[in-house]
Parts: sequence; structure tokens; C-alpha cells
Amino acid sequence: MENKEQVNIFDGIWGFFASVKLAIVLLFLLAVTSIIGTVVPQESPKAIQFLGKIFGDNTAPAVYNAFLKLDFMDMYHSWWFVLLLVLFCVNLTVCSLEKIPRTWKLVKTPVKPMAKNVLETLPVKKEVTLKVSLDTARDEFLNAFRTSKYDVKEAVQEDGVQLYSEKGAYSRLGVYVVHLSILLIFVGAIIGARFGFDGSLNLPEGSSSDVVYSRTGEQVPLDFSIACNWYKTDYYKGADAPQEFSSELVILENGKEVLKKVIEVNNPLTYKGITFYQSSYGIVPDAVGIFVLKVSNDRGLEETLRLKQGESFEIPGQKIKGTIMDFSPALGRDPQSGALTTYSDSLINPAVSIRFDMEGSDGFTGWILKRYPETGIIKDAGLKVEFLDYWGVEYTGLQVSKDPGVIIIYIASIVMVLGLYAAFFLSHKKIWIRIAPVGKGSVKVNIGGSASKNRLALERQVEHMLSRATAAIEGRLKKN
Amino acid sequence: MDSSTLFGISTFAYFIAMAVYVSYIAFRNNAVAVTATSITVFGFLCQTGALLLRWVDSFNIWVASAPSTTFIESVLRGAPLRNMYESMIFFVWCLVLIYLIMEFKYKNRSLGAFAMPVAALALAFIDVSGMSTDIEPLIPALQSNWLLFHVFLSFIGYAAFAVSFAAAVAYIAMASESRSEKAYIFWSIAVGVFLIVLIAMGIDYLNMSTSAQGDFIRSYFLKATFRSSSGVIAVFSWIISAVFILALWRYGHGLRKILEGLSITKIMLEEIEYKSIAIGFPLFTIGGLLMGAIWANSAWGTYWSWDPKETWSLITWFIYAGYLHARFVGGWRGKKVSVLALIGFIGVVFTYLGVNLFLSGLHSYGGR
Ligand code: HEM
Repeated sequence: MENKEQVNIFDGIWGFFASVKLAIVLLFLLAVTSIIGTVVPQESPKAIQFLGKIFGDNTAPAVYNAFLKLDFMDMYHSWWFVLLLVLFCVNLTVCSLEKIPRTWKLVKTPVKPMAKNVLETLPVKKEVTLKVSLDTARDEFLNAFRTSKYDVKEAVQEDGVQLYSEKGAYSRLGVYVVHLSILLIFVGAIIGARFGFDGSLNLPEGSSSDVVYSRTGEQVPLDFSIACNWYKTDYYKGADAPQEFSSELVILENGKEVLKKVIEVNNPLTYKGITFYQSSYGIVPDAVGIFVLKVSNDRGLEETLRLKQGESFEIPGQKIKGTIMDFSPALGRDPQSGALTTYSDSLINPAVSIRFDMEGSDGFTGWILKRYPETGIIKDAGLKVEFLDYWGVEYTGLQVSKDPGVIIIYIASIVMVLGLYAAFFLSHKKIWIRIAPVGKGSVKVNIGGSASKNRLALERQVEHMLSRATAAIEGRLKKN
Repeated sequence: MDSSTLFGISTFAYFIAMAVYVSYIAFRNNAVAVTATSITVFGFLCQTGALLLRWVDSFNIWVASAPSTTFIESVLRGAPLRNMYESMIFFVWCLVLIYLIMEFKYKNRSLGAFAMPVAALALAFIDVSGMSTDIEPLIPALQSNWLLFHVFLSFIGYAAFAVSFAAAVAYIAMASESRSEKAYIFWSIAVGVFLIVLIAMGIDYLNMSTSAQGDFIRSYFLKATFRSSSGVIAVFSWIISAVFILALWRYGHGLRKILEGLSITKIMLEEIEYKSIAIGFPLFTIGGLLMGAIWANSAWGTYWSWDPKETWSLITWFIYAGYLHARFVGGWRGKKVSVLALIGFIGVVFTYLGVNLFLSGLHSYGGR
């Protein structure tokens, strides 16, 4: 007695989850609740501001507290949203399991010859009478069938023959492949949440680290070190719009370099399952930078120099001395006065001011711009000084993440693409052709077909086969 | 000839085509119908040319400003899908293409009277919104091939959904027997709000174009009507809108007679509605959701971050998944399921425009 009741409860739960109505309700609830998080800012300070604007300063705190209780400020991770997702997954699984046996049977049951009266009730049907022998008609329809790439079977019946075939039976499983891929995505997301982490690291040029920092600011140790050789921003020619942010990163194991890569936005570095993304950059406060200059002259000199502010260099054989006087991170001209100014603290248009002293003439001081190498040409002396880098003052901002679930998400994506293709663009088609002699030297051909999708395409195919066969038959008749 | 002149010509052609299609409905004259199609094809060719010219322009600009990129990459980076202006134009292009295919397939030219207004109004909206038509340099995060395919496929999906919306609008108008039907009431409100917002944006434009030229629509959206600083105008807008929706509800039935006169059948509309979703859904899933996630993962290190654009795509996806299941498994047919097609397109509009205009997030560069 008790046992039976338990079975009923189980049946009840199963039945509840096997219902497609539940799926529609859940899809609706997920859609509606998801809207909340796109409207209510998902960070407290912004949310307070937002609520204040909508509800006024008096009621806003109460609303805020209510929202806090309902997790509206982090709703996509709230218990109730996760519960909806879990219900959705269970629903999807149970629903699919419930239907798969039936579909499997449809896929696995081979087509059989069909009685004439049933054939005439099919969604696609054609009938013609041809003046040829049964054998000729049979041969030509077999041909037409085969050229349409069907695997034809033949049955001899008391009143003629029947040719029949099917194609694309497995496409019926496409929907379950789609469903499976959705479950896989959930699996990937859970693995990511359980075994992965998200962090960040600001790494000044020339430094290394063996920890990264989680969202909450905790240190997460790495079992290797990562170093930044340099960071740079490339600009579009002649504009202050950044074209690319890039850093050269080095992976060190026990102090030895094992991997070196220049990363860019959209082109990260992955090592031991941990991926480093270029996400930001900035200036290290109080850093002393090193000017990297390249000097070359028309006598074949080519040398790279690394100097600090105030230091000097000499051009061998030319009696020219250069001294680094000043630096500007973003040198520009004031549009009104025309005077040179520094218009930003970021290294948008770095420039170095160098005083050149040369024997026999007055020295002069000039600005050399990193992005405009032609500013470093000193024609009279046949000399060119290029400002390659102001090294050591910038840090690269890395987003660091480890997500062992990503590979599953990628696999799920491929599975979903295949499933969607089968579910929407393939169809399970069946065609029967009955050829029966009527009177002397004539046959009656009845064609019937059914398709799980896109009946029109099947209809076209049937017409095509019919016209091919009749054309061939007429061709034969003419020859005889 | 430059691309903006060609865009202007195509907009103009679509408006004329719309008028000719409407007069075809009135006069049922075959020559008129052929004219309508020819003008549409002409407009479409102009638009195609304009898109190509713009592609060449941005390719050249890209090559000049970033000389170190390879040829293929420069071609991809120059694809005219880089900002909201270009994406909307591409959307209209897809829409007209799909329409022409349908006209050819269903051998029914009357549908043009419904499709061309959408194309013409959308192009006019692009003009109205004052969004930037400049070819801007691409910020580094957008320099990804995934992004290109992501946007490209999403937009074909959006266009297919737009077609299903138009079919659903016509279908519900045709299938409703009485004004008290829920589906019909919903129809009146949805179509009404749609038109009202479009008209209100037009008024915004007329009102603001002199003072706020070039300023993006975000700053003056509905300021001339519902959000007017003058209370009288705001209240008046609400009243007019209510009257408009009531009128639509009262006389929307008239559409049915027109459609019947055009040898458009309910069966045909329902088929168009479903087929467009059956094309749009997989494309949107693959292009919008999957490729978007892959790109996000390569750019930001996370394939899903619940940013408003992502979330709205998901919402839209849920709605259309609901449509497919209601129809194929739940056995819903006719008006009931067409209402879902209407709701789905509201999701599309929000995913595409609403998020860019009103919500901020990682994707909000799209609205600049
Ligand atoms: C957003 C998530 C989902 C997606 C993308 C999805 C996708 C699909 C697709 C593409 C089809 C084929 C529809 C057609 O023939 O046009 C389908 C069919 C189906 N889906 Fe889903 N599905 C989802 C969720 C669910 C859930 C939660 C259930 C559970 C009730 C469910 C149950 C079914 C059933 C029973 C079928 C019909 C299978 C058959 O004909 O044998 N689906 N699904």
C-alpha cells in the first residue's frame, strides 16, 4: 500500500517535469526575471543611485532592503534564479528522456511497403498512367530514385511492384542533440564555477609576480611566475585613438624562461590552464623611467641607448653631446596660444626633450616624439635620434582566469550547431512508388511521400523524380 | 558617387516602392506591380553598392592608419558592421533581400506593401536618430574575426525575426473574429506602441535636429513628447497615444479585408511566420549567442558575464524557444502562437536598440 503511494509520488514528480507546459512556463519566467538584472544595476552604489532616482530618497532605502533580500543586486547568482535554472535542466532532461524511446523507434523502424489505400492518404501524392511495360517503368523509376541518392528497396506484390526508401531518419534526433548541448553548457558552467577562478594582476614593466589577485583582493598563488617585459599602446596613424594594446609576457619556472608571448586584446596567453588577457594599463606612481633611444647617422652608426633623465650621451666621431632634459607623456599644441603643453597624464603622445651641444656652434633643445620619428632628424649633422620607449613607468593590467569548463562550453557549442542543423535543416523523408499494370502495355504509378519537415521540398523532389523517369521512358519509346 | 548619396537614393527608392506597392493593392494592376518590384530591386542594388563603397572606404582608412595589418585582415576589419549606423543599414539590406526572395517564392507582390514600409522607415529612422555616420577607427576589443561573424549572423537572424513579426501582425489581424479577443487586444497595443514610438522619435528629430545635430538619440529620446519639460505636452502625448491605440483596435480589422483582397491567406502568413523563425532561430543561436560567447571569451576572459546585451539576447532566445516548443510540442497554433512571435520581436528590438540606447554595459560602444 505504502509502496504504491511512493510510486505514485514519483510518477507525479516525473509527470510534472515531463510536461512541455512546464517548459514554456519556465522559459517565460526565465525571460521575465532576467529583465530585472538588466534594469537594476548589479552593483550596490549604482543600485542605490538608481533606486533613489526612481522611488525618491524617502522610499528608496526600504526598496533597497527588499531588493537586497531578494538578491536583485546579484540576481543571476541568487538562489531563486539558480533554482529556476535547475528546474529548467531537470525539465529538459526528463522531457527528452520521456520522448527519446518513441523517436528512437521511428528512426530505427525501416520503411515497409505500403498498402495502396494508405498511400493515397499521404501528404505528398502523385498519380500517372504510362504506356510502357512494368519492367521498363520499374527500371526507370529505380534509376530516378537512385540519382536522387536514395537507398531503394523493392517489394514484389501480387498486383505489381513497389519501390520505397527513406532518407535522413537520424535528423529526428537533432532536437535531443540540441537539448544535450544545453545540458552540457550547464555542466561547463558548473565546472567553471567550482574549479575555476577570476582574478587580475597589474604588472609593471620589468617586474614579475607569482601570485594574482582575486575579485575580493585575496592573493591566489600561481605555481610559476609571470613577468612583463614591456607594455605598449599603438595608436592609429596621426590620431590619438588606440589601435592595439599589447604586452610581452614571459612565463618563468624556477627562474627559467619557458614561454614568451606578446599578448594583445583578443589574443591572450594560456599556460597550465591559466589564461592572461590584456585588459588595461596604467602608470606606476613615482616610477623612474628609462629612455630608450636609437641613434643613427649617415656614417653607419646605429646604437640603442638606455638613459635616465639628466644623463647624457655622445655621438662617437661627431663631437655631439645630447642630454635628456625633460619628458612629457602627451605633448600637444594648445589650440589657442599655439604653445606646447602636456594634455594628459597617460602616455598618449610621449615626447622627450633633448639638448644637443656641439662643438663650434650653439646648442639647441628639441622635442622628439615617439609616435612621430621624423621629429628626431637633425639634418645638418646627418643624425637621427629615435625615441623608442619610455620604459618602466607603465604597468600592464591583466585579467587572469582559469576556467576548465570552457572546453566543455566549446564542445557544447559545436554539438549545438550540429543539433540545430539537423533539427531545422534536415528532414526525415520517405517515398513510396507503386507500379501496377493496367490493361495491356500500360502501368499506373502511384507515388506517395511523407516528411518530418518541409513538405514542399519533398514535393519538389517527388516531382523531379517523376519527370526524370517519364522523360527517360519517353526517350526509350522514341528509340524503339 | 559616394556611399551616402547611394544610401540616400536607396532610401528614396524604398519609399517610392512602398507607395507603388500600396497603389498596386488599390488598383491591382500588373504593370504597377512590376514597377514596384523594379524600384525595389533598383533600391536594393543601390544599397548594395553603397555598402560595398563604404567597405572600400573603411578598408582604405584602415590600411592608411594601420599599415602593418595583412590584406585579408584589413578586408575583414573594414567590413561595414562596425557601429550602429552600419549595422542598421545592413539589417535593412537583409530585410529587403529576404523580402525579394519571398516575393519570388510566393509569387505575391502585395506583401511588399507591408515589407517596404519597414525598410523605408528603418532607413529613415537611421537618418532621424542622428547617429554617427563617420568611419571611426576600431577600438582594440572589436578587432576580432569572431566579432564580424557574430554581428553578421545576428543581423541576418534579426532580419528573419522582423519578417516573422510582420507576418504575425498580418496574421493576427486576419485571424481575429472579434475585437474582444485577447490576441487582438494585445496586437492593438503592441502594434500601437510600436508605431507611436516611431512617430514620437520622428517628432524628436523634427524638434531637435537644429539644436542637437549629431548628438545621439539617447539624449533627446521622447523629449519632444512624453518626456517633454512642458507638462501639457506630456499629458497630451499620452492622451493622443491612448486614442491612437483605441483607434487601431477599433479599425485594425480593416486590415483583414485589405489582406483578403490581396489573395494573402492565413495559411501563407502562418507559414512565413514559422519559416522565418525556423531560419532566424538557429542563425541567432549560432551567431548571436555562441559566437558572441566565444568572442567574449577571447577578449575578456569570460564567455558569459550577464551584461545587458548578452542577457537580452538570452531573453529573446528564450522567447523564440518558447515559440518553437509551444508550436511543435505544445500544439499551439494560430493566434496564440503568433502572439509569441510578436513578443519575440519586442525582445529583438530591445536586444538590438534598447540595450544600445538605454542600458550600459560592455556592449554599449555599439551606441556611440
Ligand atoms: C532554451 C532551451 C531549449 C532549446 C533551445 C530547445 C530546442 C529545441 C528545438 C530546436 C526543438 C525542435 C523544434 C522544432 O521541431 O522546430 C525542440 C523540440 C523539443 N523540445 Fe526543446 N529546447 C529547449 C528546452 C526544452 C525543454 C526545457 C523541454 C522540456 C520540456 C523541451 C522539450 C522538447 C520536446 C519534447 C521537443 C519535441 C521533440 C520531438 O518532437 O520529439 N525543450 N527543442
